[in-house]
Amino acid sequence: MAQMTMIQAITDALRCELKNDENVLVFGEDVGVNGGVFRATEGLQQEFGVDRVFDTPLAESGIGGLAIGLALTGYRPVPEIQFFGFVFEVMDSISGQLARMRYRSGGVYSAPVTIRSPFGGGVHTPEMHSDSLEGLMAQSPGLKVVIPSTPYDAKGLLISAIRDNDPVIFLEHLKLYRSFREEVPEESYTIPIGKADVKREGKDLSIFAYGLMVHESLKAAEELEKEGYSVEVVDLRTVQPLDIETIIASVEKTNRAIVVQEAQKQAGIAANVVAEITERAILSLEAPVLRVAAPDTVYPFPQAENVWLPNYKDIIETAKKVLTF
Amino acid sequence: MGEKLSNQYNPKAVLNEVEEKFQMFQILNEKGEIVSEENEPKLSDEELVELMSRMVYTRILDQRSISLNRQGRLGFYAPTAGQEASQIASHFALEKEDWILPGYRDVPQIVWHGLPLSKAFLFSRGHFVGNQAPEGVNVLAPQIIIGAQYIQTAGVALGLQKRGKKNVAITYTGDGGSSQGDFYEGINFAGAFKSPAIFIIQNNQYAISTPRELQTAGKTLAQKGIAAGIPCVQVDGMDALAVYVATRDARERAINGEGPTLIETVCYRYGPHTMSGDDPTRYRTTDIDNEWAAKDPIVRFRNYLEGKGLWSEAKEEEVIERAKEEIKEAIKIADETPKQTVTDLITNMYEELPVNLQEQYSIYKEKESR
Repeated sequence: MAQMTMIQAITDALRCELKNDENVLVFGEDVGVNGGVFRATEGLQQEFGVDRVFDTPLAESGIGGLAIGLALTGYRPVPEIQFFGFVFEVMDSISGQLARMRYRSGGVYSAPVTIRSPFGGGVHTPEMHSDSLEGLMAQSPGLKVVIPSTPYDAKGLLISAIRDNDPVIFLEHLKLYRSFREEVPEESYTIPIGKADVKREGKDLSIFAYGLMVHESLKAAEELEKEGYSVEVVDLRTVQPLDIETIIASVEKTNRAIVVQEAQKQAGIAANVVAEITERAILSLEAPVLRVAAPDTVYPFPQAENVWLPNYKDIIETAKKVLTF
Repeated sequence: MGEKLSNQYNPKAVLNEVEEKFQMFQILNEKGEIVSEENEPKLSDEELVELMSRMVYTRILDQRSISLNRQGRLGFYAPTAGQEASQIASHFALEKEDWILPGYRDVPQIVWHGLPLSKAFLFSRGHFVGNQAPEGVNVLAPQIIIGAQYIQTAGVALGLQKRGKKNVAITYTGDGGSSQGDFYEGINFAGAFKSPAIFIIQNNQYAISTPRELQTAGKTLAQKGIAAGIPCVQVDGMDALAVYVATRDARERAINGEGPTLIETVCYRYGPHTMSGDDPTRYRTTDIDNEWAAKDPIVRFRNYLEGKGLWSEAKEEEVIERAKEEIKEAIKIADETPKQTVTDLITNMYEELPVNLQEQYSIYKEKESR
C-alpha cells in the first residue's frame, strides 16, 4: 500500500484502466505532455503513447462529441473537462447527446464515457472554475454523477466509472486534490457506483454530504460529540442515482437528518435527498430535515468565497436546530 | 495565394483572392449535358441506372411521406424533394461499413444505407424502434440539434482511424447549420486529427426562413474549410455527378490518411422546412421556386441517361410502382409494430436500472397491464 493524495489516486486509477483495457482512451485540453493542469494525467502519455493519451483542440463541446463518436466505435473514452465551470460549453454533448445515446437508439448503442472534471470552491480561482454544478447533471436522465471525498474512494470509484457501460460524470473537488494522503492499494479495485458510505457511525443525527462537505461534516460531528451528541456522517459518493437504501436506513436509525451541499440551496442534490427522506421515512422523523447550503447567488468572486462557502460551523448550527427540535 | 501578395499586408486582397477561387463545381449542366468531361465519373451503366432509380424512388418517398403526414399517418417529417442529388449521389459514393450521422432531413441516406423503410416511418411517428439500427447498419438516428452530428462525426472518424479501418464517417447539415459552433469544432477537430470524415453542407438556401445571405459574410460556405485547414469544395448540389465525384474523391483522400473534406452542395428544397406548419410562401417567391425547378436534379440526370440510351419512361414507371409498393408494405409493418410503452422507455435508460427507475418500472408495468 502507498500513501496517496486524491490526485495521485486518480492518476493511478487511470493507469490501472489504461493497462487493463486497450479501449480506454484519455484525452482533453493539456492532458498529454503537460499531464493536465492539475497533473491528473502525469506521465500517462509517456507510458501509454500519444494514440491513447492525447491533447485535443481547445473546445469543450468538441471534446464531448469526440467522446461520443469514439464510444460508437467501441472505445471507452475518459475525457477531461479542464474545469467543470466550462460545462456550459458542452451541455448539449452531455445532456442532449451522451445521456440519451442508449435511450435514443432503443438500446442499440451505449456511451461508456467517463467525463472527469475538477470543481469546488475555496482555492481562489477566477470565475467559472469553482461552481458546484452537479445538480444540472443530476437532472439529466441517463447520466450517473459521482463525487469522491477521499483518495481511496476516488480510485475505486473512477475504475468503476470507466468500466460502467453508461456515461458517468466524475467530479473531483479542487480542494481535496492534495489536502491529505491516505493508504491506497496499488492494485486495481472497484467501489460500486450508487453506494453511499457511512464515514462515521452515530445514533442521534444523520448528516448526508458529498465532496468537500464530507470533511466539514466530520469536523462538525467531532465538535458535536464533545457536547454529547452521537452524529452519523454519510458520504453519498454518488449523487445520481442516490443510494436510497443507505440513506433511509440511517434516518430510521437516528430519526433526525440534515443534508449538506456546497452548491447553492436552490434545486440541487440536497433538495432531492430531503424529498426522498420525506417520501419514504416521514414516520421515522422526530424533526424536519434541514439543509446546509450556500446562498442562492452565483458563485462568488474569490474575495467573498470564505464567507459564502458552507463550513463546519454552519453545519453545527443547523444540526443543533434539528437535534433540539 | 498569388505571388503579388507575398510579404504584403493586405488582408482584404487575401480574402478576395481566396473567395474568387471558389467556383461552383459542375459536371452536368441544367440540360443534362456534360460540361466537364475530364471529371465525368466512370460509372457503369448499371450504376448510373441504380443512381437514377434511387433518386426517383426518393422523390416518390417524399411525395408519399407528405401525403401520409397530411392524413395523420406520419408524424415529424422534413421534405427532401430538390435535394436528391445532394443526398443520394453523396451516399452513392459510400461503402457499406461507412458511418452516417444524419440531420433530420437526411432520412433517405440512412434508408439507402440499410435502415428498413418501416423504421424510417416509425422514427417519423416518434417510435423508438425506428431508431434501432439493424446490426451492421452504421447509422445514427437523425439528429435534431443542428450541428451536434458534426462533432460526433469527428469522433467516429477518429475511432475508425484508430482501428485502422478503411472507412469514413459522413455527416450532413444545412446552410444554417454551418453557423453553429459545433460545425466549426467538428471540422476543426477532424482536421487536427486528420480523421477520415466527410462533412456535407446542404446549402438549400434557407434555414427555415432565414436566407443564406444572413448566415455569413462568406461568399461560399465551402470556404469555411480553409480556416480548419481541410480541403473544401462547393459543388452544384442539383448535379448528381458533381456531388458523386466530390464525395468519392473526399472518401478516397480520407481512407488514404489525408483527412477530412468539407463539401457544400448548392441546392434547394422545394417543400416546406418541415410538415409542422412551415409556410414557405412567407419567405420565398414563386419566381425563386421556378428558377430552381429548372435546375431539377432528376430531370437533369434523366436527360443525361436518356442521351446514353439508359433510361425510359417505362423504366421510370417501374421504379415509381416499386417505390409505391414498398412504401405501402413498410407502412403496414409500422402499423403492426407494437405500441411503445413507458416501461420500454425506462428499460432503455441504463444497462442496470437504479432503484427509483426500478420502482417506476413496477408502477408503469402495473398501469400498462390494466
